[in-house]
Amino acid sequence: MSTGTIFDIKKFAIHDGPGVRTTVFLKGCPLGCWLCHNPESQEFEPELLLRDGRCNLCGDCVEVCEPNAISLNEKTVHLDRLRCDLCGACVDACLPGALEIAGRQVTVDEVMAEIEKDTVYYDESGGGVTVSGGEPLSQAEFLCDLLESCKARGIRTALDTCGHAAPALFQEVAEHTDLYLYDLKLIDEGRHLEFTGVSNATIHENLRWLSEQGRAVVVRFPLLPGINDDVENVRALGEFLAALATRYPVDILPYHRMGIDKYTRLDREHRMPDLEPPDAEAVAKVANQLRTFGLHVTVRGEEI
Amino acid sequence: MSLSERVQGLRRQSLEARPRVSTERAELITEFYAKDVGAVSAPVRRALAFKHLMENKAVCILPGELIVGERGPGPKATPTYPEVCCHSLQDLEILDSREKVSFDADERTHELFRDRFIPFWEGKSLRDLIFAAMTDEWKDAYEAGIFTEFMEQRAPGHTVLDDKIYKKGFLDFKADIKRALEDLDWLNDAEAHDKREQLKAMAICCDALIAFAERHAAHARGLAEREVDPERQRELERIGEVCDRVPAYAPRDFWEALQAYWFVHVGVISELNTWDSFNPGHLDRHLYPFYTQGRAEGTLTEEWARELLQCLWVKFNNQPAPPKVGVTAEESNTYTDFAQINTGGVMEDGSDGVNDLTYVILDVIEEMRLVQPSSSVQLSKKNPDRFLKRAAKIIRSGFGQPSIFNADLIVQELVRQGKSVEDARNGGSSGCVEVGAFGKENYNLTGYFNMPKVFEITLNNGVDPRTGKQIGIETGASSRFGSFEALMEAYRRQLSHFIDIKIRGNNVIERLWANHIPTPFLSILIDDCIANGADYHDGGARYNTSYIQGVGLGTLTDCATAIKYHVFDEKTLSMEELLGALGDDFAGQERIQQLLLNRTPKYGNDDDYADSVMRELFEAYFETIDGRPNTKGGAYRINLLPTTCHIYFGSVCGATPDGRNAWQPLSEGISPVQGADRHGPTAVLRSAAKMDHARTGGTLLNQKLTPGLMAGEEGLDKFVHLVRSYFRLDGHHIQFNVVDAEALRAAQREPEKHRDLIVRVAGYSDYFCDLGKALQDEIIARTEHESF
Repeated sequence: MSTGTIFDIKKFAIHDGPGVRTTVFLKGCPLGCWLCHNPESQEFEPELLLRDGRCNLCGDCVEVCEPNAISLNEKTVHLDRLRCDLCGACVDACLPGALEIAGRQVTVDEVMAEIEKDTVYYDESGGGVTVSGGEPLSQAEFLCDLLESCKARGIRTALDTCGHAAPALFQEVAEHTDLYLYDLKLIDEGRHLEFTGVSNATIHENLRWLSEQGRAVVVRFPLLPGINDDVENVRALGEFLAALATRYPVDILPYHRMGIDKYTRLDREHRMPDLEPPDAEAVAKVANQLRTFGLHVTVRGEEI
Repeated sequence: MSLSERVQGLRRQSLEARPRVSTERAELITEFYAKDVGAVSAPVRRALAFKHLMENKAVCILPGELIVGERGPGPKATPTYPEVCCHSLQDLEILDSREKVSFDADERTHELFRDRFIPFWEGKSLRDLIFAAMTDEWKDAYEAGIFTEFMEQRAPGHTVLDDKIYKKGFLDFKADIKRALEDLDWLNDAEAHDKREQLKAMAICCDALIAFAERHAAHARGLAEREVDPERQRELERIGEVCDRVPAYAPRDFWEALQAYWFVHVGVISELNTWDSFNPGHLDRHLYPFYTQGRAEGTLTEEWARELLQCLWVKFNNQPAPPKVGVTAEESNTYTDFAQINTGGVMEDGSDGVNDLTYVILDVIEEMRLVQPSSSVQLSKKNPDRFLKRAAKIIRSGFGQPSIFNADLIVQELVRQGKSVEDARNGGSSGCVEVGAFGKENYNLTGYFNMPKVFEITLNNGVDPRTGKQIGIETGASSRFGSFEALMEAYRRQLSHFIDIKIRGNNVIERLWANHIPTPFLSILIDDCIANGADYHDGGARYNTSYIQGVGLGTLTDCATAIKYHVFDEKTLSMEELLGALGDDFAGQERIQQLLLNRTPKYGNDDDYADSVMRELFEAYFETIDGRPNTKGGAYRINLLPTTCHIYFGSVCGATPDGRNAWQPLSEGISPVQGADRHGPTAVLRSAAKMDHARTGGTLLNQKLTPGLMAGEEGLDKFVHLVRSYFRLDGHHIQFNVVDAEALRAAQREPEKHRDLIVRVAGYSDYFCDLGKALQDEIIARTEHESF
């Protein structure tokens, strides 16, 4: 039985595919998108995170920290991440739950036990399991076993992916996947490389393959003001999708600021802390431009 | 659809009317009891008192009204019932001056109470008789806040009407009564005399209600003669005709049907201050024949049906819950009187009960946006999703109504209790969440029961740590318990001790009601009181159930789970350490409190460790109560609901092993402890469904959702899935509060700007700003299930 690293299992996930779903978040991603709303998903290794608001300054974490990586000031604790060896002693000691390690090793059976608790909701709603990340395909063996176990128990599966994975591996996983939630951010390869750190060639190739196979896909377009909302990118996206063998619907996911707090918890810099979400008009404009390519467009899953 | 000018005016008038204490009923009743009516039996005396009331109380027809009749002399003029419970001058003072849920009581009112009512009723009111009859151990438990007693100041009611008044008039009931009198077996039936007195009393009550209607007819005609607006003149003439017809005869059309119900309603709530007021039950089902007939004949448009219904809605809102006294005033702090109109469900033959009128009624609920009447959807697997979605749209708008019930499970619950399947299908829920066979059952809530308090007393070997008084039995020092099972056994023994006290007291109280204040008018309406010649209070109904409502299951579960986990399984704490921390209310022991709050399995997270403890505690409560005989030939049953009593019960409980500070509210209904559920609604529902709802008479689950979760068509779909799933797991009831905390905080800061903000509190809805601060804070604190 393979094991994987996950950082969350979210129940009643109602925005990750049809029906009521449980979303399993796998840790680690080959991309390094600037505005990732789950920054704790990016690194493959576990990470310590701190929620200031919960800290009661009791100092218990300082006492138990053998490498002396934690110090206390008047307002909060400070983490010296270079010294931290992620032993987890401080997390155990932190009764208010301010410290947490994102990322834990789990077996497929352990995850299945959580997933199966909500079977009645999947059955009632046509929902199921969505595997998200990070990039789930980066833990291919675990992912494959997990999806296969779901299918064996009659639970529908969806894969929330950026599509950046070796085609052979990508195609193997497809055997157990009912639906893809497929992220496309920038169509121009150079811009994609700059914003995410990788080329989008494989991403496009894998999506083409899915379309040739006639597989079920919802394309997700995270709309990031000033980054990918320009007329050229939207046109390129429309043209790319219109040329695929299967006409896929596009769901626009407008930028939101919920992730900003998470950067603070990880002592990371958010690159654009002042960026505002796009207004309804801007979103509608993009939606309408995409519709000119004959695409079915929704915003956060809703018709607009 | 906008409200007509008429309805807008009536609605505004109802909302703006100041609740006040009306002395009219107390004057008439005192006058009646003061004069010698001769040597008559108790039921006949009550019937004559009712007749005196209905013949002499003011007749009120307000401008624009289509449905007429008030309990008091005008909207929100609220009577008192001194023969049941006479308010003291201090009570009046508190009612008049308190910030929330106040009732104006003027100089004259004070004088009448001081000079007339109090001297006359002192030692004579039923409340005085009840307290005189209670044992010391009952009084100790009552004062410690182990339980409340519903019938010490309001009459056993909690009942709902079926379809009989739409098929028969009160002259028909009189004929039934006459036949029952003729059929009395004077040779073989030892109770023949008692039955005759009861039946005579019922016949007098039939005449009394007809007379009340006739007075309205005459008044309407008088008003019509003086009316200058020809349209209103025609309406008043029609009101006169309607009141001539009903309730003497069966109604012939939609308008008459509504007016017939309303006269009956006013009759019931004038006769006595019945708990949960009274209510028409399956209104969509009962009115549907009149609706279709009117539509087919072209005499009724949908708009007119809607307007008539809206006029009825205003009448409900005009009747606040009668002002209470003592501890009941503290724990039941609301104007709402719990008349819960049911929609949907299944028909007597088991078929889908949703019809066109169901949707009209749901429109009316949304358009009127009044806290009274409250409303519910009875959702069967046979009902279409459209029905649930229509209700969901109302819930989503931030209005705490309607609440949602599992109609199929309710049938199961009622059948388990021994009802026929037909009577069960014609039943439903009323009040908060309690189930009954409508028109055929006396099902009383007898009082709330404080389960965590019993647990606290168990931990203290029978002593109430708040007072230091030994009120329980000695079940052993808790430091001596060698196992979790030993602790649970001690809890079961304490539970049994206090339930015995409660039931013993209750059995006395039931007889006091039956002997001193029978209720002949209500008895006409509930089968088989006429056929049995027996009063509603005296076992006349076909089914008789006494409920004891358990409060604080979430808190109790988390307390027991914490001890099992930390003291016995993980051994992170010794019992002495724990009890020490509780005794100090965690002062200087914050670490222990944090451990209890954050490192302990909690009910509401679909965690079998905690949930299996919950099941054990549920079974203990069930086993201790279910099936024990009451005085009416029926049985005691359980349900799990708090209304607002979890606040009062919390105020008598010291710090608890779940990490709760002393005197804070308990969990409400079967909901998890406030904030303890951290895995979203599917986990809460799964945890809650692990108890056997089918063996209760109702459970109450509140679930707060932020508006985002229900947004759009997709949100509605997910909502439907959530509810359907819970009901597939045999959950009984679920209520959603769709509000965000920020809006509530704003309302707390500036109540005057948020008077329209309605929230659900434990099974009913109220204006948020009318709630006490503790309750407001609790609602804000309840876990919000964010899902981004």
